[in-house]
Amino acid sequence: MTTTPINAPAASPASPKKLVFPKASFSILYGDRIYAAITFLASLSIFGIIVWLAVQLSQASGASIHKFGWSYITQSNWDETKDIYGILPYIFGTLYSSFLALLIAVPISIGSAVFLSELAPKWLRTPMTFLIELLAAIPSVVYGLWGIFVMLPWLKTHVMNPISHAHPHNKFALWLFDVFFSGNPYGPSMLAAGLILSIMVIPFITAVTRDILKAIPRSQREGSYALGATQWETISQVVFPYAKSGIVGAVMLGLGRALGETMAVTMLIGNQSPGTPTGISFSLFQPGYTMASALANKFTEAAQGINTSALAEIGLVLFFVTIVVNMAARLLVFYTAKDVAGGK
Amino acid sequence: MFFTKLNKIAVTALALTSLLSVGAQAQTLTGAGATFPAPLYQKWFQQYKAKTGDEINYQAIGSGGGIKAVTAKSVDFGASDAPMNDTELKNAPGIIHIPTVAGAVVVAYNIPGIGPGIHLTQDVIADIFLGKITKWDDARITKLSPGTKFPSTSIAPFHRSDGSGTTNIFTTFLSQVSGDWKDQVGAGKSVKWTKGLGGKGNPGVAALIKQTEGGIGYIELAYAVQNVIPYAAVRNSKGNFIYPSVASTTAAAEGATLASDFRTVITNTKAAQGYPITGFTFLLVYRDSKPELKKFLEWALTDGQSQADDLLYAKLPASVQKRALAAVATLK
Repeated sequence: MTTTPINAPAASPASPKKLVFPKASFSILYGDRIYAAITFLASLSIFGIIVWLAVQLSQASGASIHKFGWSYITQSNWDETKDIYGILPYIFGTLYSSFLALLIAVPISIGSAVFLSELAPKWLRTPMTFLIELLAAIPSVVYGLWGIFVMLPWLKTHVMNPISHAHPHNKFALWLFDVFFSGNPYGPSMLAAGLILSIMVIPFITAVTRDILKAIPRSQREGSYALGATQWETISQVVFPYAKSGIVGAVMLGLGRALGETMAVTMLIGNQSPGTPTGISFSLFQPGYTMASALANKFTEAAQGINTSALAEIGLVLFFVTIVVNMAARLLVFYTAKDVAGGK
Repeated sequence: MFFTKLNKIAVTALALTSLLSVGAQAQTLTGAGATFPAPLYQKWFQQYKAKTGDEINYQAIGSGGGIKAVTAKSVDFGASDAPMNDTELKNAPGIIHIPTVAGAVVVAYNIPGIGPGIHLTQDVIADIFLGKITKWDDARITKLSPGTKFPSTSIAPFHRSDGSGTTNIFTTFLSQVSGDWKDQVGAGKSVKWTKGLGGKGNPGVAALIKQTEGGIGYIELAYAVQNVIPYAAVRNSKGNFIYPSVASTTAAAEGATLASDFRTVITNTKAAQGYPITGFTFLLVYRDSKPELKKFLEWALTDGQSQADDLLYAKLPASVQKRALAAVATLK
């Protein structure tokens, strides 16, 4: 009984000792290369789309870039009747509302992710995970409508009105009120926008963080328990450091959604730059404007020429802000991951 | 075998399409633009199709979008609440404006315990939206409506955050009646507001007004009526306080001096019974457009006008109707 290689032609009996290689088929010769080429093209297309987008946006905003230069992002005056455009308040509004959103969302998301992956009993885990994923799938206009008709009235009567009617006594409280709670409590405001954004990004951060925590090898936890660590010690000293870079990535995913979110924010932020000279206010009760909501509001009725060009430049700036924020996040992950063994 | 089958299908399909195109003479026109008259236009197009078989597709993408689309000639006609400005007109040579109906912009409010019809003058409205009058019990407001007890609620002025023909009508009116307004804000589809909050679209502003005690904002008459939001009577240039209605809107259109190409915003009318914050909405057509479009325009300006009242649009006054028909007659 001689063993013949699979696929080998029956040409061997004359000299059985000779090694016989299977005749290489087309798929063996070229399959990998073709596959590599296809995946390369796929990844190239993503790169191409980004470059194309940047080129198109720069071209469309050429007139505005030429006319306003840097003053476009340092000035606060957006006036269609005089054709003067500056978007400082919009940039601030985008960053501030997203910051507020993360401030609320990150602790809640990480908390619930830890509960779901480490502590929750099995019967609770599946339905809760399902609910969180469901939340992520709700369209933003639904969040916006819910915000207008449910959240705003509640926020106004139970949060904004009591705070604005309070009379702070000591100096610190006075300062706090002046900075964060000045302005009329109409309802639509930075606070409302930040809250709705946080509700929208919580499911994203939670779902991704939970997956990351679940991916941590069991041996890590078992080792920790074997050394006599409590559950809290295990989670805070072993699980978290191990998952740190992944969690930062999850938060950045949430931030990405918050920065670009348009519909729900437009419905709740008040669409008006605060009345301060710079158009910037840290007050949670003041209305604001984000770059995305400004675009959504102004684009359909924009006049041809410099007005349309200035709007296209908002898109360009938003594009760069997103890139800068993402790069900052990458750097953060890079530097924090370095000091954790096996962190990446 | 396969090819013969394919051939057969192709031949049948060809025959079918030729049959269809010979069988029915129906034409399809496309248009895009203003959202404000869209409900009326949809009704018009339905009835016109039932009557003639000609189908008209209209997309309510906003006046600005309508102007862009008709300039690019991607549609047969555009629709806009604000007349095209000189630059826009230069980019689309051969376009003429045909007014179809008029609409009113009302100053709607939410003052606890106070119903519709408070009196407001031109300068008071301007100063409310400039943030110079901040309380509802300000003497300048209370003295206009004697017998009404105003609370000391703060005034919350609301405006449209998106560019709109409604804003154009409202700010054009304020620029005509208030020097401060003209200097500080100006007129346009989108202006630099100094006070208050912005809501997206009529629904956005209406929601803000309804939810805020002390709120005031400007919305279209039809929208205020349908949503039962109280609105004010506004003093016109003849000194009469006029409550907005379809009749007072038509009256205002009658008292306006119209440019020969209709490119006029007809706010601040001279008619004694005219409501001062009104404007025409226009269809934008090329002089050499399809003959079917001319036929439709003739129908819209005559038979179509009777539909306007039901949907709270003001039909054209007889004098304007005559001139608009004359303009349509000049189309090829």
